[in-house]
Amino acid sequence: MQSNLVGEYRNDYNPNWCPGCGDYGVLRSVGMAFQELGLRNEQIVMVSGIGCNGRFPHNFKTYGIHTLHGRVLPIAQGIHIANPELCVVGIAGDGDAFAIGGGHVPHTARRNPDITYIVLDNGIYGQTKGQPSPTTPLGYKTKVTPEGNQEDPIDITRLALAYGVSFLARGFPGKPNHLAHLIAEGIRHRGFALIHVLNPCPTFHDTWKEYPAKTVEIGPEHDPNDYDAALGLIGRQDKIPIGIIYKQTRPTLAERVRVTSLQKLELKQVLSTFR
Amino acid sequence: MDLTIRFAGESGDGVILAGEVLTYAISRIGLKIFTFRTYPSSVRGGPCLYQLRASDWHAYSQGDQLDILVAFDTEAIASHSKDLKPDGELIFDEDRTPKTYSSLRKRSLGAPFTSIAKNELRLPKARNMVVAGYVGAHIGVSKEILEEVVRNKLGSRGEELLNTNLLAINTGFGLAPKATPIALPKTPSNKIILSGNQAIVLGAIAAGCRFYAGYPITPASDILDSMVSLLPGFGGAILQGEDEIASLGAAIGASYAGIKSMTATSGPGLSLMTEMMGLSSMAEIPVVIVDAQRGGPSTGLPTKTEQSDLNHAVYGGHGDATRIVLAPGNVEDCFHQTIRAFNLAERYQLPVILLTDQSLAQLTEGVPMPDLESIKITEREKAELAEIDGFRRYAVTHDGISPMTLPGEAFGEYVAESVEHDEKGRPSFGPHAHSEMSAKRFRKLTTATKELAEDPLNVMELPDPDADLAVIGWGSTQGAIHEAILRARKNGTHVRWLQCKLLNPLPEAQLSKFLKGAKKVLVPELNYTSQFANLLRARLGIDAISLTKTEGLPFTPDEILRKIEEVA
Ligand SMILES: Cc1ncc(C[n+]2csc(CCOP(=O)(O)OP(=O)(O)O)c2C)c(N)n1
Repeated sequence: MQSNLVGEYRNDYNPNWCPGCGDYGVLRSVGMAFQELGLRNEQIVMVSGIGCNGRFPHNFKTYGIHTLHGRVLPIAQGIHIANPELCVVGIAGDGDAFAIGGGHVPHTARRNPDITYIVLDNGIYGQTKGQPSPTTPLGYKTKVTPEGNQEDPIDITRLALAYGVSFLARGFPGKPNHLAHLIAEGIRHRGFALIHVLNPCPTFHDTWKEYPAKTVEIGPEHDPNDYDAALGLIGRQDKIPIGIIYKQTRPTLAERVRVTSLQKLELKQVLSTFR
Repeated sequence: MDLTIRFAGESGDGVILAGEVLTYAISRIGLKIFTFRTYPSSVRGGPCLYQLRASDWHAYSQGDQLDILVAFDTEAIASHSKDLKPDGELIFDEDRTPKTYSSLRKRSLGAPFTSIAKNELRLPKARNMVVAGYVGAHIGVSKEILEEVVRNKLGSRGEELLNTNLLAINTGFGLAPKATPIALPKTPSNKIILSGNQAIVLGAIAAGCRFYAGYPITPASDILDSMVSLLPGFGGAILQGEDEIASLGAAIGASYAGIKSMTATSGPGLSLMTEMMGLSSMAEIPVVIVDAQRGGPSTGLPTKTEQSDLNHAVYGGHGDATRIVLAPGNVEDCFHQTIRAFNLAERYQLPVILLTDQSLAQLTEGVPMPDLESIKITEREKAELAEIDGFRRYAVTHDGISPMTLPGEAFGEYVAESVEHDEKGRPSFGPHAHSEMSAKRFRKLTTATKELAEDPLNVMELPDPDADLAVIGWGSTQGAIHEAILRARKNGTHVRWLQCKLLNPLPEAQLSKFLKGAKKVLVPELNYTSQFANLLRARLGIDAISLTKTEGLPFTPDEILRKIEEVA
């Protein structure tokens, strides 16, 4: 299908997603966020994993790496450390980010690299045609779970807060302007920003009708700097809140590992200490 | 002169430090030095051993039998006496082993090291320095040199500690029976003492490595430790990954963004890194991976040496993956082959694996002070950017090498691709793209074979066109084989020898030239399945006689000499 990306970031590339895939909306929102921030093309690096969204970076006239299944975060962190001036945006599915790559999330959170990590949660393995993922609802029928999914889903936002991400937001491609704003805020945030996207998969797990009714925008009464309030918010049973859930300022990974105050060393002099 | 001394005791006794003080002292005198150590696998408790060999002729290996055994406790006497030469000497602690102990041999020298440290020095932990002073005096090292070394090693740890240790050295020195001092050579030695792992760290820094990511694993952990103490001083950064996948991933990410990067591991970690090695091959991102091999498979022999990851390094992983594999032969070589690993990674945009093993990683040798001015550094080929879109990152070139750009450079934007792609890096699954791109990637190895054909770093050799027997080794067995060859020749056996350091692609021209006229080929290696012999068979059609060893220990020169004489 035609790319719906607008502006100077659009590449001559068309995605191969199913008609109605939530990824189109996210694509558009990411472009809008770049626009809003006025980022230069060469300043952006998009790092994707393997899944329906793996080719995301090709839609953009920016730098990128299409990596391995589950390995967005390690590679994104290397890029951030090497050049902290870059805008590093990671993109991964729920299976990529929380099944095969789940082990990297807590460690990334505690290091706080300046990375915006967009997790496209469609509650299914789309690319491999419909197996259950870590966020597939209990009882949902898939080809692997003909009697309904027997495993409880994980709660991505709850995990993210427990792991200590310094920015957490949730959005929905049905509200592209709102989602674009969240992504822009995530990029603006200096630290590890996780954007949980409630992403419909019309082919294997269609939530287009479900989410508009279930979601509710977080209002100004919520203070994102309040961790307990954030926990309370995501614990709501009646509705799924979307918006900025949590925000905290901490040193970034690059600031931690690039200690500039250290004494400069000369190799010649270092070698002579081995006598 | 050729002297092999083993220090043995419990970990926590300071066995290693005592041995190191003597090592540095003997090296300052100007003798060739070679050391070897084992660690217990637990942090405290368990036997440990430090062996040093000093020689004015050659010391390429840890030696065969012992001239002196320094036993910190009775158990050390019990387990190591068998390795003493018939006329070898035992130095023991009278406080820990009674003079009536049945295994004491005729040539035994005892002193109350423990009570001297406790009562005279009031620092029981300084016992190892009393022992070092004693052994130093006994073999003829001057007091001044021993003191210099202790000052250099402990000078930064505070006046009081330094003075007690100097006193300990002096006390031990005074206790020992007098020996004729070792004659000082006219030119004092300018050598530095390095372990294989330290040489790798210094080589990496010399090559321009500014990012290191690693996950702790024996015997590669001290690379992480040394990097932590040095790299920040050069403006570099370190990351301890949550596993080896993350570590290599971060190194690849940093390299993609323009910083030369490295990771180091051992077998279990290399297994986990396999998928990332494939990414580096496919997306053509330079990276250096050090594998300090240990016994395998699985968790294997964590603290013991083996050369059994060769197959994994050369072939491991799915798909047809380009990579270069290097194996340094000694500590000095570790420094130079590491620089080379970075140069080759940058030149050919692929993973370069540097294979060492526990023995080479942790032994120390005297290494000539490297001449930093003569080091040549290669940088990746940069694309010349025009102000047009559509940079072809994976341009199909005659040598396979496609110029790169770095994030931040306008008009150089591209996506580094893990799936098969066209010249612009766009996914492409057609029959044409995969065959064209596979050929392009492998053309880099053909180019490498050509460009490296005459490189002296590929091999070390002692040719002899008249010898029927050719020995081909690889990696850390260099010293033991070298010594065995010299001894065999002394005994009148004709034998030629080549140690291979470039394992993939093989230096075929040099190997064929070396083998011309040879009737038999002997390949000694430390594994069960004759991995290098099989590689030579597959690539060069050579039918080799294999000498393998799987005891977790290096070859001794004697073991190789015996096989040479058997098959010659
Ligand atoms: C190591 C490895 N295992 C399995 C796969 C096959 N695979 C490709 S995508 C995918 C799941 C993708 O699901 P998700 O990450 O949720 O993304 P989606 O396709 O739903 O957008 C799997 C299992 C792979 N590429 N690599």
